[in-house]
Amino acid sequence: MVSSIIFPLFFLFIFGSGLGSRLGLLGPGVNFSQFMFPGVIGMTVFMGSFMGGVSVVWDREFGFLKEVLVAPISRTSVALGKTLGSATIALIQGVITLIFAPLIGVYPSALTVLSLLPLMFLLAVTMGAFGVLLATRIKSMQAFQVVMQMLMFPMMFLSGVFFPVEGLPGWMNFLVKINPATYGIAPIRQVMLGGGSGSTFGISLFGHNMSLWDNVGVLAGFGIVIMLMAIWSFRTQG
Amino acid sequence: MRNMDDYIITVENLVKKFGALTAVNDISFNVKSGEIFGFLGPNGAGKTTTIGVLCTLVQPTSGRAILNGFNVVHQQSQVRQSIGLVFQDPSLDDQLTGLQNLRFHASVYNVPGSILAQRIEHVLKMTELWDRRNNQVRTYSGGMKRRLEIARGLLHHPKVLFLDEPTLGLDPQTRNRIWEYIIELQRKEGTTIFLTTHYMDEADKADRIAIIDYGKLIVMDTPSNLKKMAGSDIISVKTADDDRAIGEIKLRYGIEASRSSNGVNFGVTNGEEFLPSFIKGFGIPILSVSLRRPSLEDVFLKLTGREIREENVDAMKAMVQMHGRRMRR
Repeated sequence: MVSSIIFPLFFLFIFGSGLGSRLGLLGPGVNFSQFMFPGVIGMTVFMGSFMGGVSVVWDREFGFLKEVLVAPISRTSVALGKTLGSATIALIQGVITLIFAPLIGVYPSALTVLSLLPLMFLLAVTMGAFGVLLATRIKSMQAFQVVMQMLMFPMMFLSGVFFPVEGLPGWMNFLVKINPATYGIAPIRQVMLGGGSGSTFGISLFGHNMSLWDNVGVLAGFGIVIMLMAIWSFRTQG
Repeated sequence: MRNMDDYIITVENLVKKFGALTAVNDISFNVKSGEIFGFLGPNGAGKTTTIGVLCTLVQPTSGRAILNGFNVVHQQSQVRQSIGLVFQDPSLDDQLTGLQNLRFHASVYNVPGSILAQRIEHVLKMTELWDRRNNQVRTYSGGMKRRLEIARGLLHHPKVLFLDEPTLGLDPQTRNRIWEYIIELQRKEGTTIFLTTHYMDEADKADRIAIIDYGKLIVMDTPSNLKKMAGSDIISVKTADDDRAIGEIKLRYGIEASRSSNGVNFGVTNGEEFLPSFIKGFGIPILSVSLRRPSLEDVFLKLTGREIREENVDAMKAMVQMHGRRMRR
């Protein structure tokens, strides 16, 4: 819990300070730390919710999952509950990270913070469902941790947390665009740093410059599909 | 002809395959309402799979199982509401207190709030955990955890209580106490008890016993009838050459003897009179000999060709293997 807040902050301050002075401004009046900050918020939410699936593996390891599976309650609601639980924790972690904004010279208004909350929550639910989906199929703690890290780091690096994702080599562009997290990071950045579709901070898909709502729509699409898969997977596990 | 209503569990031609392995191979049986039903068999015989089907955790390949009038495949929720389970492995949340575990259970099993406090107090006092109710479960001993699981299994007044090795690894005192609760429960509440165990003295407490091996039901009867099957008296001999001894017993008396860890066993109708002539006339040097009344263990040995005691070793091996698998995965 603590590590998923501290870790992104390490990135923010160490990368930000180390690379920031060489890189100069990445957009109008936005230095590297300021560019990275919305990404780091997203990364906190992403990591927190994705890792939330571990509670399912944990319950299985200690046998408690069996008590839940034989109970006369719908497994759909258990899967939803697990997802929303880890999403809520991740959202709180994201909000805590937001407190550091003034330290790097970002001053979001109250309205900005309020409009960030649903975006963060949507990302958290999507990645939380992904975590639960994996946890229903990967039975041991060790394997879960390995898979988590093998998926989490590439997904994080290829989601636009650390650099603008336009104008990348083809293979990398492909990976970025099939990554659900990309569509969670982009709108957070659009809200925090301003700039609609077509600005330096936006992303494009099939040549179309994605507006905030376009991104939210794609993320929600990913979220619904992953959630349905997680529910199905939870219902059919033994 | 018995009325179908007398049966709380009806299993018809149940088959469960895992890939090429047939874990349960065409089993049919009934469990009467309110009885203690013992389900015995060597490890891997299909006991746990059968229980898994009955409590909706395992989907049968074919066949039908009805529990409390509900189909275990199509009416899972009603079946789950009708049963209580005490698993072989612990299934408690050990970060929570005993009380919190019970409250969680009550809420998912729809125990009405008005009677909840009184029920919780009753089951906790019965299992003598009332004083420790506010301690985290991880501070409990193995016996206390098992008792808490039993308390939890009873909390929603299930029609059928499944006890999968309820006393495995517990000390004799705790075993006895748990059995007192189980029998009290059966008498007072009319709960049907579906039991698996490796302890033959526990199996003796059952009203009826089914023995399965290799996924097949071998026999189902009362403990006393089963014991009659094993022959009236059991003679165990240790000889200089046990293999030859088996041959000679067959030749002389036409009795099929079997090997066990303490020599050669066979059954005769009148042991006291048989023994003197047997010792005098036997061609192979006898090292020791004993005579006893048959136990369920003998029944088991006779029917499966294996001793139930070997089970404990097998169970240990299985546990070690399981741990090994977990580590590797």
